[in-house]
Amino acid sequence: MSDTEQNQIHEAIAQAISEHDTILFMKGTPDAPACGFSARTVAALQALQAPFAAVDVLPDPRIREELSTISQWPTIPQLFVKGELVGGCDIVMEMYESGELAQTLGVEGDGADDQELGDEAQAVAPGLTQIENRLG
Amino acid sequence: MPNVEEIKQRIEAAIPGARAEVEDWTGGGDHFKATVTAAAFAGRSRIEQHRLVYDVFGEEIGGPIHALSLKTLSPG
Repeated sequence: MSDTEQNQIHEAIAQAISEHDTILFMKGTPDAPACGFSARTVAALQALQAPFAAVDVLPDPRIREELSTISQWPTIPQLFVKGELVGGCDIVMEMYESGELAQTLGVEGDGADDQELGDEAQAVAPGLTQIENRLG
Repeated sequence: MPNVEEIKQRIEAAIPGARAEVEDWTGGGDHFKATVTAAAFAGRSRIEQHRLVYDVFGEEIGGPIHALSLKTLSPG
């Protein structure tokens, strides 16, 4: 494995974090999460109808390695808002329940909205493709 | 293989004054759930509180400890 390649992944992740107001690094995709923690985090964002970009860390183990180097956070998922790590599943769920998540995301915060989930995932697709391409 | 008692003791030993309640979430010995109360958490963000606990286990998180779900509290 070349250092250059690893550096490119590092740079691409850092750039993705800075380019997207809300970005979630997860296992799988919003439509098909590959882990319960990622699934719950996606569900919280979708319940608030918050647009977010998503990156699947599974295709290449180096994505997760470099992400953890940047965030100093060992587990997946990881939610970043405006370049700052907000937390993983536990913190996001705690903040969702207390209403802080809506506040942090700058969306109207009644999580009780019972509209069908899932539409927001569309907003994800462009960012996802872009980042996946860049991460090669 | 880590167990509930070992995880509890390591958290309590590493964070002064901490009290930890740990459960094996799935019964499989690799998904754990911990509620940690420590004066050391006061004045720190949730991220920083969780990092203090994760730091106890370093590389083991994501390895032998597949998941450690956390709730952190400072003593009221």
